[in-house]
Amino acid sequence: MVKFASAEQALVKKATRAAYGVTLAELAKEGLPVVAVDADLAGSTTTKKFADADPAFANRLFNCGIAEQNMIDVAAGLAVTGHIAFTGSFAVFGTGRVYDQIRNTVAYSNLNVKIAPTHAGISVGPDGGSHQMLEDISLMTSLPNMRVLVPADYAAAAAAIRLAAKTPGPVYVRMGRAAVPCVYDDEVELEIGRAYVLRPGTDVTIIACGVEIREALIAADLLAEAGISAEVIDAFCVKPLDAATIIGSIAKTGCAVVAEEHSIIGGLGSAVASALALHHPAPLEFVGMQDVFGKSGEFEELLAYFGLDAHAIVVAVEKVIQRK
Amino acid sequence: MELAELERIALDIRTDIVRMIGAAGSGHPGGSLSCADILTALYFGDVLTYDPADPKMDGRDYFILAKGHAAPALYATLAHAGFFPTEELITLRKLGSRLQGHPDSSLVPGVEVSTGSLGQGLSIACGCACGLRLKDDPATVFAVLGDGECEEGQVWEAAMFAAHQGLDNLVAIIDNNGLQIDGAITDVCSPELLADKFASFGFDVHEVCGHDIAALIELLNACKADRGGKPHAIIAHTVKGKGVSFMENQVGWHGKAPNAEQLEQALSELAEARKEARRG
Repeated sequence: MVKFASAEQALVKKATRAAYGVTLAELAKEGLPVVAVDADLAGSTTTKKFADADPAFANRLFNCGIAEQNMIDVAAGLAVTGHIAFTGSFAVFGTGRVYDQIRNTVAYSNLNVKIAPTHAGISVGPDGGSHQMLEDISLMTSLPNMRVLVPADYAAAAAAIRLAAKTPGPVYVRMGRAAVPCVYDDEVELEIGRAYVLRPGTDVTIIACGVEIREALIAADLLAEAGISAEVIDAFCVKPLDAATIIGSIAKTGCAVVAEEHSIIGGLGSAVASALALHHPAPLEFVGMQDVFGKSGEFEELLAYFGLDAHAIVVAVEKVIQRK
Repeated sequence: MELAELERIALDIRTDIVRMIGAAGSGHPGGSLSCADILTALYFGDVLTYDPADPKMDGRDYFILAKGHAAPALYATLAHAGFFPTEELITLRKLGSRLQGHPDSSLVPGVEVSTGSLGQGLSIACGCACGLRLKDDPATVFAVLGDGECEEGQVWEAAMFAAHQGLDNLVAIIDNNGLQIDGAITDVCSPELLADKFASFGFDVHEVCGHDIAALIELLNACKADRGGKPHAIIAHTVKGKGVSFMENQVGWHGKAPNAEQLEQALSELAEARKEARRG
C-alpha cells in the first residue's frame, strides 16, 4: 500500500540524494552485499554516509577519483563477483560520459549494477547547462535490460534504492540535488512497473515523475479552483512503464499532460506517447525541456524560466482539454 | 602437463582460430593468434583454477579478455578446456550461435563478462579483484589487454586505481604484438614504453616472450603467488598472426578472414607444425 506524507511531513523539504548513503547503510545492515563506487563526489552523492555508517562498511565504498569510466566498470567487476554495486557521480558524468561502459558492459552483460547518480536535471541550478543533465532518462530507457526509476521525494528515493537493490540486473535511479517537499510517507514501498494515482480526478490526467510531482500536485490545486478536476499519477518507474494504470486513467479523463524535469525527447513524455499511440490515442501535451540546454540560475527560477512549474502545467492542461 | 603437449594444444587452438574465422568469413585472426600461447599457459599450464563442469565454481580464478576481438582464441581455449563442445566452434558469428563476434557472458559458459569495447577490461578486472578481497577469497584475476588497447585512457584510470588499492591479486597481461588496425602502434599513436608506464603507475612489471609457454607459466604462477601489495603487469612480446607465415606481422590480417586458398595454406602450415611437434 502506498502511504502519503502527513500534512506535517509535507512541510519538510529533503533532497532525493540525501536518501542514497543512508539507505545503502540500511541495506548493508540487513545483510545485502551492497557496495558503492564513486568518483570524487562521495560527499555530494552521500555515498560517503554509507562508508561512515559503520566501520565494517568503510571498505565497501570505492573512490575511483575523477575517473568515471573506471567507476562504472569497477562496479561491473564487483557485480561479477557477487556484489550489488551502486555507482555515483553526477548524472551528467554518471550516464552521458560513461554511456559506452553502461551499454557494453553493464547492460549487455546484464550485471547487477545500479546506476544511481545524483544532481540530475535543472535542480543543479547555478552550475549551469554543462552540469544540468536533461537527457539521461532518454539514454537509459533505450538500453535493453535497464529499468529506470525517477523518485519524487526523499521517501520515494529511499524506496527506489531498496527496489533497485532487490531487483536483479541493471537499474537506473535518478536523484536530484535540490531539497523538495515530501509527497510520500517515510515508510512507503514502491514496486517496479507500477504507477501510483496520487490524486483522483475526472477531466484530465497529469502524469509526472521526479520533482515535477510537486508541481503537478500544486497545478491540480490551482485547476480545482478553476473547476477542473485533474487526476495526478506518479510514473516513477519510467521503464517498464505502467501503461495499464496510465491508459485506464486517460480512458476516463480523455486527455493528459506529461511533466518531467528532462528533455521532452526520449523521456517519460515519449514513453507515455508510445503507450497511447499503441493502445488509446488521446490528446497529449508535454511539459519539459523543449529541446534546449539549461542555464545558470536558482532551481525555482529555472522551473519558471523553462516552463516546468505548476503554472506551465496549468497552461498545458487548459490547452489539452480544448483538444478533447 | 608436458611442454610438448602444451605446444600441441596451442597449435590446436591456432588451427581452430583459423578454421572458425575462415568458416565465418570474418573475424580477427591476427590478434587471436598472437595471444594463443598466453591462453594456453593460463588454461592448460595449471595457472588458472577452474572447473568446466561448474563455470561459476567458488574459489575459481577469474579471466577477463579485455581485447574482446580475440574471441576466437578464447572460444577455442574454452572448448578445449571442456566448457562446451569443440564442434560448436564452427558456428562462430553465425545467426543463432552462442559464439558471438565478441564474447557474450550471457551465452557462453566460462566467459565472466562481455567484452569488445576496448579499454574496459582492466577496470572490470579491478572490480573483480576488489570483490574477491571483500569476500576474503584468495583467487586471482587475470586480464589480457591489447597493446593498441592501451591507447584508451580508461586503461590508465584502471592502472591508477589498481595501484592505489594495492590489488596484488590482479595480473594484467599485455599482448604486445606491435600492430593495430591502422598500422604499427608506434606509427598510429604510440602507447610504447608500456613497461615504464605501468611501473610508474605502481605496478610490479615483467617482460616475457609471449610465445614461450614454459616461461609464461613460470611467470604467471610467480605473479599469482606474489601478494606483495602491487598489481602485476606482464608485457608479453608477441607476433601478430603467429603460426601462419603469411599472417605474421601483417597489419592487413588484423580483421580479415582467409579465403579458401589461404585457409588451406594456413591449415596445412599448422598441420605441418603439429607433425613436427609430435616428432620433436
